[in-house]
Amino acid sequence: MRNESSGVLIDFRQGSPETFESAFESLFHQHQRAVYSWILRIVRNSAAAEELTIESFWRIHQAHARFDPARGFEGWARRIATHAALDWLRAQRTQSELSMEVCAALAAPVEADPAITAEIRSKTALAFGRLPPKLRIAAMLAVIEELPQKEVAAALGISVAAVKLRVFRALRLLRKDLERQGITP
Amino acid sequence: MNAHDEDDLKRLLRQALPPVEGNARPGRDLWPDLLRRLDAEPAAPAFSGWAIFDGALLAGLVGLAAFFPAVIPVFLYYL
Repeated sequence: MRNESSGVLIDFRQGSPETFESAFESLFHQHQRAVYSWILRIVRNSAAAEELTIESFWRIHQAHARFDPARGFEGWARRIATHAALDWLRAQRTQSELSMEVCAALAAPVEADPAITAEIRSKTALAFGRLPPKLRIAAMLAVIEELPQKEVAAALGISVAAVKLRVFRALRLLRKDLERQGITP
Repeated sequence: MNAHDEDDLKRLLRQALPPVEGNARPGRDLWPDLLRRLDAEPAAPAFSGWAIFDGALLAGLVGLAAFFPAVIPVFLYYL
């Protein structure tokens, strides 16, 4: 992602109303794709990711007084976007957003393991959707997306140790759920 | 759960929910929608009702932990 000039960041933080709006628009156009892509990795639903990108930039606009230009925009925006996505996951009751159909349309090509049937994949996806959102989001980013734990920790605003703990608890709950359905990974 | 079991479970999970393409882009220009949202919901006051609610909830939790210390590990587990 490009590094924006410090002038844009300072205008965003404490510029006059005119320069602030101009800086905000510039930052939106520079970062909307990265924010959208990040949210999509979490919610795996393109329509929801678009709405949450708007929600994230609305929150960014509201919170600009708390922005620290010295720490850069990208990480701050990603953290706000992660929390917006987490709020969305919490609001979902049916977990249907993790359906295989949605995932298949968005997924990167992965070589299918013939030993794992479609039924097992479907049950695993549904079981994953039943995990508590804050465990699910950690496992989604660290295990499925295989992002560095330090990056996941920064996005969630927690320590690397807490990420490891959440992933461990997510996998343990997932294993128990699958075992109840007669699936032993 | 040993390391081998954990690796098997991770592999199953990645088969069930393959990673999303990292370079996805929105299907439409989101700027007009954002402008509409900003017009509809201007800046919130610094000390809103939610902040008061959050403070009351925090005070309740601190009070509960003070009177019933046994609940602290339960809270920590669910954090």
